[in-house]
Amino acid sequence: MAGSDTNRSRPLWLLAELTYRCPLQCPYCSNPVEIAKYNDELSTEDWTRVLQQARKMGATQLGFSGGEPLVRRDLEELITEARRLGYYTNLITSGVGMDADRVKAFKEAGLDHIQISFQASNEELNNYLGGTKSFRHKQEMARVVKEFEYPMVLNIVLHRKNVDQIRDILDMTVDLNADYVELASTQYYGWSRVNIDQLLPTREQLARAEVVAKEYQEKMKDRMKIIYVIPDYFENRPKACMNGWGSIFLTIAPDGSALPCHAAAQLPGLEFPNVRDHSIDHIWNDSDAFNKFRGFDWMQEPCRSCPEKEKDFGGCRCQAYMLTGDATNADPVCDKSPHHGQLHADVDRIGSLSGTKEFESKPLVFRNMRNSKELTRDGVTV
Amino acid sequence: MNNIPEIAPTFRFQWEEAQDCYVILYPEGMVKLSGSAGEIMKRCDGVKSTEEIITELEGAFPGVDLKDDVRNFLDNARNNGWIRYKS
Repeated sequence: MAGSDTNRSRPLWLLAELTYRCPLQCPYCSNPVEIAKYNDELSTEDWTRVLQQARKMGATQLGFSGGEPLVRRDLEELITEARRLGYYTNLITSGVGMDADRVKAFKEAGLDHIQISFQASNEELNNYLGGTKSFRHKQEMARVVKEFEYPMVLNIVLHRKNVDQIRDILDMTVDLNADYVELASTQYYGWSRVNIDQLLPTREQLARAEVVAKEYQEKMKDRMKIIYVIPDYFENRPKACMNGWGSIFLTIAPDGSALPCHAAAQLPGLEFPNVRDHSIDHIWNDSDAFNKFRGFDWMQEPCRSCPEKEKDFGGCRCQAYMLTGDATNADPVCDKSPHHGQLHADVDRIGSLSGTKEFESKPLVFRNMRNSKELTRDGVTV
Repeated sequence: MNNIPEIAPTFRFQWEEAQDCYVILYPEGMVKLSGSAGEIMKRCDGVKSTEEIITELEGAFPGVDLKDDVRNFLDNARNNGWIRYKS
């Protein structure tokens, strides 16, 4: 056993999307627009089997996510099983549905870490973006999480409506004693793609935000780790998305479909295997979907002959599909892509309209089941 | 002076069969440890002092002067937040 196959690709990171039900309605949610179609959720027994099989294959990090994972009443039971199996278990939550008793129960069950999201640093904007009165409760829950000595990550998704408040946001995370702060620039998948005109920040906003983020990174370096990444639409090289397709990430959607990343369900022509029908071993090693973009043979130019292909794997397959119509193209974030100019023209178009009254008054499409049905009724794909 | 190291409560240290090594786990991340780092970390149990850890390691790996290596590693581990000294 020792050392024999430790270099083989393994699903080290298991993201368990327990449900797409959520009390919040954030318009930048990266869940699929089709959330209303996922009503046949996996049972506790299904999830237990998934956890056991993935752990056997080497999975170490486990994220309980959603939707809002607190909606599942079997969460305590799943955490207990995850701890027994030796996972490092992360709960990725809005905090809504949590109270001190549940935080305590999670601790006893062996939960390792809690990540709470905030929508903004002031009550009004937070509650508007989340579509619920949740701000004070989130703050209270952040304090409870620290009382129970969990490492705490606070996650704030940044976009045009809140990025100018970055200083207030960081001050709030300092007050709440976060160990890690993720200033997650909105990525344009799912609902955020629908709302891109309202969410994409301007270059000027980003330049200002970066200065503040760096200031706090330096100032707070002994107390908290601040992760700040600019949105990739403003870059010239693509992200090494998922560290490569089928390389370390495995997402299981609420209905049991297995995905190499949580946005992949939108890719056409791929049949994603379901954990109700197949073992994780088969899904990871043998399924067509997980092998589709492994390695480099699937690439077209300019990726195929690119010296950087082993560094960024050609970027994101979903982004290539959404922006060019072909998932085997280079991610247009790359300035070697023939579609790069179009992407930057779009960014500039939105930038030039930002701030104008007519443009800013366009309503956000909130993430909820009603809008999901509305958006997918006519077979509209986004 | 406090010189009894223990794993910080915000990190987890464990053996990973699939990786064939000890690892440090933290929110959404993992560091794989070298063989010698793993041997030091597994002795940071909140009971043994740094000197006792050194003595024990020199007994397990005779003929090598490990003092500086162990102290350097523990300094690093504390800077990374993996261990703390008991108060």
